[in-house]
Amino acid sequence: MIKEMVCVVCPMSCHLTVEIQKKQVKSVTGNTCQRGVKYATEELCNPVRMVSSTVLMKNAKITRLPVVTRSPIPKNKIKEVMKQINKVKVKAPIQRGDVIIENVARSGVDVIASRSFKAIK
Amino acid sequence: MRKVDCVIIGGGSAAMSCAISASRYGVKEILMIERNEDLGGILNQCIHSGFGLHLLKKECTGPEYAELFMEMMKKYKIDIKLNSTVINIKENKHLTYVNEKEGIVEVEAKAIVLASGCLERSRGMISIPGDRCSGVMSAGLAQRYLNIDGYMVGKKVFILGSGDIGLIMARRMTLEGAQVLGVAELMPYSNGLSRNIVQCLEDFDIPLYLSTTVTKIIGSSRLEKIQLSKVDENLKPIAGSEWEEEVDCLLLSIGLIPEITLFDKLNVEKDPRTKSVVVNECNEMTISGFFACGNALQVHDLVDHVSLEAEKTGKQVARYINGEIMDDIGFDVMNGNQVSYVIPQKVRMKNVESDCRFSFRVRKPMKDCILRIKTDNQVLKEERKRVMLPAEMEIIDLEKTMLEKVQNSLIFEVEECL
Repeated sequence: MIKEMVCVVCPMSCHLTVEIQKKQVKSVTGNTCQRGVKYATEELCNPVRMVSSTVLMKNAKITRLPVVTRSPIPKNKIKEVMKQINKVKVKAPIQRGDVIIENVARSGVDVIASRSFKAIK
Repeated sequence: MRKVDCVIIGGGSAAMSCAISASRYGVKEILMIERNEDLGGILNQCIHSGFGLHLLKKECTGPEYAELFMEMMKKYKIDIKLNSTVINIKENKHLTYVNEKEGIVEVEAKAIVLASGCLERSRGMISIPGDRCSGVMSAGLAQRYLNIDGYMVGKKVFILGSGDIGLIMARRMTLEGAQVLGVAELMPYSNGLSRNIVQCLEDFDIPLYLSTTVTKIIGSSRLEKIQLSKVDENLKPIAGSEWEEEVDCLLLSIGLIPEITLFDKLNVEKDPRTKSVVVNECNEMTISGFFACGNALQVHDLVDHVSLEAEKTGKQVARYINGEIMDDIGFDVMNGNQVSYVIPQKVRMKNVESDCRFSFRVRKPMKDCILRIKTDNQVLKEERKRVMLPAEMEIIDLEKTMLEKVQNSLIFEVEECL
């Protein structure tokens, strides 16, 4: 199978042509540096993304707490991660880095608070 | 009247970095005036990650990046006025601000720094014809409603403009359950990073229509549909190419303009290329003692560059207050072939320490090109570039020894190697 993709590692945005055989990257062409091969392999075999969103928060001056995955999670788990994030309610005080969801969608990655809030009372 | 060393207008990333740096270099009394109820500026609503990769060597979200700088600021005695708006500035550096507690207050400063950020271009500025229904707003406003206030602004969304805010909002609205029908871009290329095209559009199968714009807005009270048209090479809509999309929300991500309205009445030189003020090597305006940095000076694409520019400005504020800045005629910095602007626009060699930093943008995407820096007829520096994009600000430090060769003006130009 041949797959066309754009490398996002640097602004060159090389157009890569990737040959895949038995779920393995066989060859990469169109890249101008070795990072293109690494990107294509990771993006095709194990694509990962950071996910950020907000959760409902009580007892703070605003009602949304921004949260983010501590590290990238598998791309195919984005929907499941969002589903879990949308079920969460928290109460201030919150410290940046507090774990909001442990091991979200069994990805091994925690969702953490990305901003601190004092309690209003 | 209260007298301070330095007033910083704004409380975002530029203002905070400038305050930290000015304090480090010995400026004692700093007054920071922020319109919002929090410091952090636009960072607080940019909840996605990707901030700080260059400067902090780690990937932060906007609120994380802002908090790190707030923590750094705590080491210094900086007087922060929140919920306070500057309403007037005079050339003698008397400044008036207003807030609920103190009412109208006038202060006198030795130096004033404009770090007020930028504002989004609106529908009126590009004159989209059609009805004046609700559901049409700028992408940054929608981002604020969603990420700070928790309101979804639409269920079926279209986005005009492929700048990074538009792309980020396409992903964000999709993740929150909206259907994003597409992104239209007037130019034949996207103005966003390719990372954002892949991770915000392609990941969610959102189409990007290049050389396309919105030519009509239709809706009685709420937006019902929009008409899109292909445009020709002169960016004019092509008759017969129109199609309609049924949407209840149109987000505009059509550019940012430095917020310098406080300086409208003052006799400072403005630059139509940056739509901001003209500055010299100290990021000082054409009236001495007034400085500008961050998005108020030029619209940046990376907050790291905002922080660095503001840090440099803070240091120059300290030098100015200590009487170390010398006035001089200096030379002009000009944008040549394919360069849309260069900052600073003026350089006085007497104040250049070991080198001077210049930032600029190119007019169109180019591959395999040569950046040429010259003075009158002499080439001072040539650098081969594999790629240059209008969406990415370029930064270059030029050594003092090289700048000493400049005669009347310093010119930046880019040539494509065909």
